[in-house]
Amino acid sequence: MEVGQMQRQWVDYTKSLVFEGFLDGQFLQLQQLQDENNPDFVVEVVSLFFEDSERLLNDLTFALDQNGGVDFKKVDAHVHQLKGSSSSIGAQRVKNCCVAFRNFCEEQNTDACLRCLQQVKQEYCLAKNKLETLFRLEQQIMAAGGSIPMIELSF
Amino acid sequence: MAIAADSQFHVLAVDDSRIDRMLIERLLKTSSFHVTAVDSATKALKILGLVEDDLRNFDTSVASKFHQDVEVNMIITDYCMPGMTGYDLLRKIKESKSLKDIPVVIMSSENVPSRINRCLEEGAEEFFLKPVQQSDVNKLKPHLLKSRVKEEQEQPINNKRKGMEESYSPNKNRQKM
Repeated sequence: MEVGQMQRQWVDYTKSLVFEGFLDGQFLQLQQLQDENNPDFVVEVVSLFFEDSERLLNDLTFALDQNGGVDFKKVDAHVHQLKGSSSSIGAQRVKNCCVAFRNFCEEQNTDACLRCLQQVKQEYCLAKNKLETLFRLEQQIMAAGGSIPMIELSF
Repeated sequence: MAIAADSQFHVLAVDDSRIDRMLIERLLKTSSFHVTAVDSATKALKILGLVEDDLRNFDTSVASKFHQDVEVNMIITDYCMPGMTGYDLLRKIKESKSLKDIPVVIMSSENVPSRINRCLEEGAEEFFLKPVQQSDVNKLKPHLLKSRVKEEQEQPINNKRKGMEESYSPNKNRQKM
């Protein structure tokens, strides 16, 4: 595949992720902050997001598995962090799961929280796969000597 | 002599989230600010030359004891942080004789009007909802330029320069829609 084709594929894939709600405008803002002096900015921030999320999902699993009684303040604190970081990178569906999750924390509803945890894990996995696919496309473009296109924010 | 426009403004960014620290640093740097990012209000206070124990009876003689190695022109801090919150940090800065004129901006992921008002009443220049955008950061320079003009006017060496004060109308619409 030649570079132009790969670039078009990258643009189409990014747009589809936005249309399907996996990513929102914040992700596009991140891309705008990337330039020749900071060529890995998006990958670096998203990598931090992967690390933080995996840690938080583990912490949440542990916190909700307490037979002696769930500490909902702690659960809420973890979800708050996950909501914040997903919002900061534009992982919209993960963020929306967190919003629902926090409501159930407030209600101290363990079963609902466990269901939310399952959901947020699923959404996180999806987001991670899609972002990794996108980054692989980027690597292919750059390996072929091309550059990552700029996406119009108002599409 | 004109405002030293060539010397960069130094912004101290405070956020316990490393993703948000990375983001705010990048945003500030695209506006040509020099940035120091720390993960707690306590660390911020150290950089500002304040140490917690002495804060209750703070005066300038104490400030000079903790020599500020770098001048900080603005502080931008997250509201929700473990330990000392951004609001606590704001209050400590405004209570300090040597630091009270440094503009402080608060960031928060939660749109709580009472929180926003409390911060603005305590003297925060702006309140940004997260995720912070380039358009938010673009609002910072006027606050910094105003501070710099004020500093220069307060210098006893310099003559009064009537024409220098920028006609600046502060942005009252601080709450993000």
